[in-house]
Amino acid sequence: MSGFLSSSIARKFAMALSALFLIFFLIIHLAVNITSVFSEDLFNQLSHFMGTNPMVQFALQPVLLVGVIFHFVMGFVLEIRNKSARDVKYVNYKGSANSSWMSRNMIYSGLAILAFLLIHFIDFWAPEMNYKYIEALPENPTRYYHELQEKFMPLWRVVLYVIAFVLLGLHLLHGFQSAFQSIGFNNKYTSFVKALGKWYSILIPAGFIFIALFHYFNH
Amino acid sequence: MNLTLKIWRQKDSKSKGQMVEYKVTDISEHMSFLEMMDVLNEQLVSKNEEPIAFDHDCREGICGMCSLHINGEAHGPDRGITTCQLHMRMFKDGETITIEPWRAKAFPVIKDLVVDRSAFERIQQAGGYISVNTSGNTQDANAIPIPKHDADLSMDAATCIGCGACVASCKNSSAMLFVSAKVSQFALLPQGRVEATERVLNMVRQMDEEGFGNCTNTGACEVECPKGISLENIARMNREYLAASLKR
Repeated sequence: MSGFLSSSIARKFAMALSALFLIFFLIIHLAVNITSVFSEDLFNQLSHFMGTNPMVQFALQPVLLVGVIFHFVMGFVLEIRNKSARDVKYVNYKGSANSSWMSRNMIYSGLAILAFLLIHFIDFWAPEMNYKYIEALPENPTRYYHELQEKFMPLWRVVLYVIAFVLLGLHLLHGFQSAFQSIGFNNKYTSFVKALGKWYSILIPAGFIFIALFHYFNH
Repeated sequence: MNLTLKIWRQKDSKSKGQMVEYKVTDISEHMSFLEMMDVLNEQLVSKNEEPIAFDHDCREGICGMCSLHINGEAHGPDRGITTCQLHMRMFKDGETITIEPWRAKAFPVIKDLVVDRSAFERIQQAGGYISVNTSGNTQDANAIPIPKHDADLSMDAATCIGCGACVASCKNSSAMLFVSAKVSQFALLPQGRVEATERVLNMVRQMDEEGFGNCTNTGACEVECPKGISLENIARMNREYLAASLKR
């Protein structure tokens, strides 16, 4: 693995694959969470399935964790290597003349998303692991909706989520089409991929923001 | 035009450089940027000062030798041109202009604004060619039918003059636009397919060994490239590289 990833293009490819995997995961995550807006029962059923199905718990969840960790670690590795490729900095460097802010600051939007993700894990994932595997409390298929509502009661958390998802949107605005370019997909369909990426980068974060605001105003 | 110039001065590759301020007066807006530099150097020589070293050769936008980073951009604020084709009318009277060499670890400064771009030559030597016997028995190029579309794309890639503006403008000092153009110009033609696998593997290996950064698809290289080399070439190189890695 380390031999394969010693090449710059292989690193790009691996980074893009993990990004595409996470882009797909976000669709599933939003699809499940959005049910909480219109059906408490459906959200509980889906959450119960996700939380108890052995395939999800012991196959998909570890793959997701590895994907998330890999994407962040590889992002840092690339950033360090890229910084070292210019040992003397320009006195005057006008990046805005030839590239977007999002594309030049992926590491910073990525760091902000990482900070949010740690809070998100403490908020949801850690209590869930504690409930099921440490305290081993009896399973209650109707607890999920109330747990979700409870989390979005404090205003500070809702504000934090809104900021985090705006940054995720900015990260995706470059990352979506960049992942396709890295795997070598640049052809007559590229303008469609770019348009799809823009819509995805707006709609997916907007969906998560809507869910947070909905539960804050409706608890 | 009267201008203030802030120029990187560095005695040699081992010395520490710094920005030095100069004034030039009565510069014609019809002059090219390099002619303005010539005027400054004449002033310096007349004062018994060391003239500023900068690369130039054809001064027709063909050779790829001129390499100045002007006001924060490779080849200055105009698009689709090299520094020799940049005219002083792109600047305002009284303006302060910063002039720096290409900045990349793989392009070390030799003196003042001159950098060593032999890393590009080593990448070319690693595979940027086709092996053809030219000793009097060469096949007519037209004997091999090539779709017009492929020939055009190959020619577009072949217009890369290897100036290094892609590396200079990339925030990561990545050379992927240059390497991908050199890979693409052969990959698109039947003559180039014969050695395609080894070519892309060897050129990318050499590119990595030279210490260029990783491409993060900002697209700065495509915008600043004087020959308009497309990012499609990088995608093609990525495909070529992955296919070659699987074949090996």
